[in-house]
Amino acid sequence: MPAPNVKSTARQLHRLHPLPLRIMHWINAVAIFIMIGSGWKIYNDDAIFGILHFPDALVIGKWAQYGLQWHFFGMWIFVLNGIAYLSYGIATARFRRKLFPISVRDVLATVADALRFRLGHDDLTHYNGVQKVLYLGVMMVGILIVITGLCLWKPVQFSELANLFGSFQTIRLIHFLCMSVIVAFILVHVTLALLVPRSLLTMLTGGPVVDDANAAAVAAHGGEATR
Amino acid sequence: MPIRTRTSSLFRPLKPADQSVFYANRRLVEDIDRRGILRGALSLGALTMLTGCDVSEDDSVQKVLRAVSAWNDRVQETIFRPNHLARTYSPSQVVKPPRFNAHFPIEDVKPIDGATWQLEFAGLIGDKRPWTAQQIYQFPEQDIIIKHICVEGWDYIGQWSGPNLRAFLERVGADLTAKYVYFICADDYTESIDMPTALHPQTILATKYAGDTLADPFGYPLRLRTSTKLGYKNAKWIKAIEVTNTFSETFWSKQGFNWFAGI
Repeated sequence: MPAPNVKSTARQLHRLHPLPLRIMHWINAVAIFIMIGSGWKIYNDDAIFGILHFPDALVIGKWAQYGLQWHFFGMWIFVLNGIAYLSYGIATARFRRKLFPISVRDVLATVADALRFRLGHDDLTHYNGVQKVLYLGVMMVGILIVITGLCLWKPVQFSELANLFGSFQTIRLIHFLCMSVIVAFILVHVTLALLVPRSLLTMLTGGPVVDDANAAAVAAHGGEATR
Repeated sequence: MPIRTRTSSLFRPLKPADQSVFYANRRLVEDIDRRGILRGALSLGALTMLTGCDVSEDDSVQKVLRAVSAWNDRVQETIFRPNHLARTYSPSQVVKPPRFNAHFPIEDVKPIDGATWQLEFAGLIGDKRPWTAQQIYQFPEQDIIIKHICVEGWDYIGQWSGPNLRAFLERVGADLTAKYVYFICADDYTESIDMPTALHPQTILATKYAGDTLADPFGYPLRLRTSTKLGYKNAKWIKAIEVTNTFSETFWSKQGFNWFAGI
């Protein structure tokens, strides 16, 4: 007996956040936590901005070598999981469906709504313009932080790549700025997830069943698909 | 566990230590949980500093992190390009004097008497007769202006001259198919590099900085300079070189820093 909500084999029914995606999301959360905490420890040994030091309570690794060990352990998780996530997003067309097209008008309208505190979160299956820009942007920064990380790890072996960015200190600065952007993203991302707890829940449970064919929610939140 | 000795090395005793005391008191010795004592001491230290606990110090966590670090050594060996040269710079960019770095402050540097100093050899080396500083100064000199990158993140451009390590190892009849070259230093520092790095064209035994004899704080009379390793691999105040196939931990790797430390 097929499930009652499967109406047509042509439709692709799955959760809003399929299981592989949820697993990768949370692995990424752990990896990012390790990379940022240990990165701050490494930063503290030779601050780029003299006055900026990360408090001991916020860094991972009490001594320099522990920070380094965590960073060069976490990098494997972050990179391998990141490659899996990007491949999945492209192969399943999730990125194309969820993040495109991006219209300037949509982005501006979302910003205007946000400024007037009229931002709607009823439909979790649809990303607004700002969300699209932020998710795509943080993915790009994620790729850049890995590339600059490789250049810092192997400035001589990967000198051709490193030369595209500049001197060792320039690459350090770019790597640091990428981290800053990711931290800013996480602050916004986590704040909004906590303000709309249902969105946090869907990243655990998978959320409503959606049908890719018409991008509409057909099960739990069926009525919210049209805005 | 019996204590093994390798008589082939200068730096290990010819006669093994008397182990009868250990066997007579084996049970007592094994009862002492050194790690427990260390952990206790570190926990107390952490309490006094009020920084909370650090899971990094946990034995099982360290085991995993060090296993990954060892895996990263293998990855770096694979990535290493034996003939790929690091960028070199012009004499006008050389920082004078070089930046001091060691595991102790500069005031604690113990100058070496170059007149009595000798470079000794051990392991898989054909001609183990020691070299005096004068003999080393007469060896053909290579001059490189390269960047020194410290694991902490800072860097500077330095000009180093001295015997090319590959040419020097060939001269003393070292087995170039061996795995490691160890440097034993006057400050109880040991450092070792993989043979491919030892044979890299930009790996030298430096006797000079910016054209002048090395100053005491920077490794007089002899130090290693290679363009493909982090700063701490560049041993200073070298007093002996050993070529071997046996891996043993070095000053920083014992403390958890990555051994290969390639750049």
